[in-house]
Formats: sequence, C-alpha cells, structure tokens
Amino acid sequence: MSVSLARALHGRRAFGRAGFVPFLVAGDPSYAASLRAARALIAAGADILEVGVPFSDPVADGPVIQAAGQRALAKGMTLKKAAGFVNDLRRGGVTVPVVLFTYLNPILRMGTKHFARLCGRSGVSAVLIVDLPIEESTATEGVLARAGVELVPLASPTTTDERLSRIGRAFGTAVYYVSREGVTGVRKGLAPGLAKRIAHVKKLTGKPLMVGFGVAEPSQARALAPYADGVVVGSALVLAGASGAGDVSRLAKRLVKALEI
Amino acid sequence: MKNPSEANRPGWFGPFGGCFVPETLIEPLRALETAYDAARRDPKFHAELRHELATFVGRPTPLTFAGRLSAALGLRVWLKREDLTHTGAHKINNTVGQVLLARRMGKRRVIAETGAGQHGVATAAAAARAGLPCVVYMGTEDMARQAPNVARMRMMGATVAAVDAGSRTLKDATSEALRAWSADSRETFYVLGSALGPHPYPTMVRDFQTVIGVEARAQILKEEKRLPREIIACVGGGSNAMGIFTAFLKDKAVALTGVEAGGTGPGPGRHAARFAGGYPGVLHGTYTYLLQDKDGQVLPTHSISAGLDYPAVGPEHAELRRMGRARYVQASDKDALAAAHELCRLEGILPALESAHAIAYLIKEKKRFKKNGLIMVNLSGRGDKDLGTLCP
Repeated sequence: MSVSLARALHGRRAFGRAGFVPFLVAGDPSYAASLRAARALIAAGADILEVGVPFSDPVADGPVIQAAGQRALAKGMTLKKAAGFVNDLRRGGVTVPVVLFTYLNPILRMGTKHFARLCGRSGVSAVLIVDLPIEESTATEGVLARAGVELVPLASPTTTDERLSRIGRAFGTAVYYVSREGVTGVRKGLAPGLAKRIAHVKKLTGKPLMVGFGVAEPSQARALAPYADGVVVGSALVLAGASGAGDVSRLAKRLVKALEI
Repeated sequence: MKNPSEANRPGWFGPFGGCFVPETLIEPLRALETAYDAARRDPKFHAELRHELATFVGRPTPLTFAGRLSAALGLRVWLKREDLTHTGAHKINNTVGQVLLARRMGKRRVIAETGAGQHGVATAAAAARAGLPCVVYMGTEDMARQAPNVARMRMMGATVAAVDAGSRTLKDATSEALRAWSADSRETFYVLGSALGPHPYPTMVRDFQTVIGVEARAQILKEEKRLPREIIACVGGGSNAMGIFTAFLKDKAVALTGVEAGGTGPGPGRHAARFAGGYPGVLHGTYTYLLQDKDGQVLPTHSISAGLDYPAVGPEHAELRRMGRARYVQASDKDALAAAHELCRLEGILPALESAHAIAYLIKEKKRFKKNGLIMVNLSGRGDKDLGTLCP
C-alpha cells in the first residue's frame, strides 16, 4: 500500500518543493496512450497522481476535461476499467499515491461496497467524489476506510469558516482546495487573494492542501508553490496529452521545476 | 405545511432528493434555502407574489369542461388551463416567484436552463419585468425544434446561450447552467425550471406551482360538488404534475397519474420513461430515478416533446410512486401527436406536445376509467410552439 496523501505532500516539502499532483483522464485518448502519459508523469516527478473517471454529465468540468471524458467514454472507459488502469500502474511499479477523481453516480450504480473493495484490490490510495458533499459522505467514507482507501474532502472559495472546520474534522489526511469558482480549465493568472485564502483554509482545516482548478502555466505553479502543499494541474496536461506522452513529459518537467521553493 | 412525501430532513422525499453538488455550490444553495425560508414566512412576499400572479400571469386560470371529448370517451373530463397563462405554460408561476426572490436577495442577473423553451421564455419575461439581465442556456437541438421560443426570449432581452455538448438538449443545458452559476454565484440567481435539481429547488419549485392544484380543487368542487376520481398530468421533471397533485395528496380517493414520454419504444435512447427503464441514481444534484447504463453513465433520451426529453424525474415523484400515492405511465410520440390533433378538433384547444401526452393516455386507456368517471387533466401548456412538428 502507498503512503497517505498527507505524508506524500509533507515528504516532498522536506525536499524543498511543493508537491506535483498531475491529473489525467483514464482512457483519453486511448487506454494505452493514457497509460503512457501516466508513466511519463510519474517519471517527471509526480508526487500524487490523479486519475479522472469519465462521466457523461460532468457539471464541475470545463470544456477541456469534458471533451477528454467524451473521448474516453467513446473508447469504452468505465469506473471498473479506471480501477484496472490503476492496477496496471501498480503492476508496472508505480508507488506514489493514486487518487481516483470521479462523480458519484457510477459508484452508486456499482454499489459503494463493491467499489471500495475494487479500489482496495487495485491499489487506489484515495477517492475524490466531486458531487458528494461531506454531509452525505459518512457511510461512503466508512466503507472506503475499511478497504484502506482515503476519501478526499473538498473546500472551495465559497466554503464558510464553520464548514471548513467541519471539513477538517471530518475525514481524510489532505484537503482538495478548488482555487477558483466555476469549473476546471486553463486560466491566466491566479485568483486574487489566493495566497491568503490558502493560509486561512489550511489553518481552519488543519490539513495539507492540494490546490487545483485553473493552474496551467509553470508561472502559476511557481506563484502557488510557497503556499500550497500540492499543486494540481489538469486541463493543461490533458491538452498536451492530445499530442502524445512526449509533450506531457516536457510540460510536467517544467512544472516540477517551477514548484521548487 | 409538509407533503406526506416529505421526510423530516429538509430536501429529502423518503430516500430521494438531497443536495449532491460540487463544494462550490453548497454555500450558494444554503443561501438560497435561507432566503426562501424567510420569504415563504413573509406575508409581504406572498402578497407581492399573489399580485403578480393575478395581474401579470393571469391567474386564476379557468377549469374548462371538455364536453365533446367527454362524450367521445364516455367520461366527464375537465381541463385545468395552464395553457392560458401569460407566456403559455405553467412555467411562469415558478419564474415569477423565483425572480421576486432574486430581487429580494439583491442578485444582479438571472440565468436559466430550458428544454422546450417555455421555461426560458417565462424566465425572460419575469426578468424583463424586474429589469434583470437574463441568460438562458438551451441545447442546439432544442433551439432548432423550438425556434419560435428562441425568438421570443431574444425579443424580451434575454441572451440565449447555445449548448452544443452531449445530446444538445435539456440535460446538457442544465449542466451548463450549473457551471455558469458556480462561476458567479454571488451576483447570479439560477432560476431552475422544474421540481428537480439540488435542494431547495424541488421543494421551492413545487411550492410555486402548488397554486395550480389549489385553484383546481376549489374550481372542481364549485362545478361538480365533488372531487375527481383521477388527475392526469404529464411528467418531464414533473413541476406541473407536482403543482396539481399537491393540493390533492391528502384526498386518498383521488387517483394521481403522471404520464412520461414513451417516445418511439422501450429501447435505450428511444424514450424518456424513467420509471419504466430507469434506476435510482444522481444527476444534477438529486437522487432519483434516472435513465442510465450498467456503468452509471446517463443514457440519451428521446421524446417528440422537448419538455419531457430529460433522463431524470423530480425526486418527489419517485417518492410518491414508492409510497403508492401516484402511478406513472407512458404515452408514445405517435399517440401524443394524435391526441394534440384530437383536442384541437373536438375542443378548439391546441395543447403543447408535452401536455398532449396526458390527453393521449386518457384517450388510449379510456376503458380503464369508470363510465362517466370524473377526470381532471392538467393542460400544462399551449402548442403554438409545436406547430412545426404538428403540421409539417
């Protein structure tokens, strides 16, 4: 079993840079290509890998990841195959924590217990369910925990202080912070006041933060590195993935360099 | 007052409902819930709403005896005439309420999703009256088949944002409206159009539509001195049906029937019959019956009526069905088209293709009903928008 998300993030910080948390969609543009891209990301220095499970109606995703999901679905990607994807990475010797990033409905359809066992068996370290708020998470978290899998809580710019404290107490070793309102996607610059907000969220949740939604450029990663424990890069890598694992690898290396403090 | 179908936990109807949204939307939904709770307790809000309904929407709408249809079927059929409201469908009852709430909350603009365009037009009208900018998200497939409504929205100053993703219908328009709301929830009020979506929408939309049943109950008692044996309404998301059902939920002798879109047959992608081919799941923030494949991906739907063409049903309907308080049936595209023509011919009333599903069920299943049985149909909208489909 891999280390906890918190440990992976702290360990990296001890070596003088923020954690690099790349995201890709399993099966985009094909199973084999996404497997190559995942390996390239690990080789470039990913500290945690986020594997997106495509969903037909991704309300939290912008156009880039929507399109990636559509491509993956067209090639027959499913929740079960995404777990198999993680299993393939493990068999190939990948040891960093791997997070499944998914919507709730495919899990409900499979059955939460069945899903938790599948994650445990496949080497999935943690699961992030975009549309499952903490109020409804208790049962799911318990079932996942029994299989040795973390559930990752989310926080956002609109989350109140009272709720941030609750999120901190709820579960998980690290919190995923959605740095901007709206959906995933490539943006210019960082949200104003983000550094202050990150410090505030860290204080109230008492957990290390992976910061995502809208980080694309090495310059943005560099600006975030002093504050965020981990920086998630999604859409920019998905765009690079369209032209092959080589481009993914080059962008990932530039991002890793930018995350040095 | 609560419906018997509501659980003690706000937003839940038995095991259905809830609030399954990304974290960014949790707080905006809480704020909406709080504001709506305050408004529903405020006599001033109710007075304002009543005044709008009477002087802008045109309420109360009549209850019309359908004499020739009754004679043809051997029944006594009354039609609740939501087609006679301003903008031509029940949707305006809800948008007038939500836009009043948006102004109360100090929001600067409103957004909405639309399928048939009726909710879009109703939102555009209420927003124009309130002086609020309005953006309506609409699938490109729906824009093509409901072109007159696109023109009406634009004339009322709304921006129609074309949604070209997925199936290019209501489902995708709803996803896009949710995305737009999460990007700017401080300034924007999301006017959701059916008894669907995350809490508090299913409850709030139903409350705004309940006026239909409250009026209809008083009207039928006045005309017939008794309650109907059965009430029939079409069900897309299900707001017109919840609107007419709610006032009768405690009248156990009144059967409640919802009619879903049977489309062109039972195969996947050929209908929008969630209770016939669906399985509980989560779409757009609510746990309810959902047309999905074995991997939990939402299936494409089909209906000749854009307003019924949606893969999930309002969560309160799921609970009414589970409780056995309402039953849900299907009518096909073909039968709905025939029913629309029949109602024109017999009664001089052109129903929306959505509402024609309720008439189609009545005609097709006339033998099910007791001879001369008293039946009420919610005629949720008018069919001018469907002329292109009805008379190609």
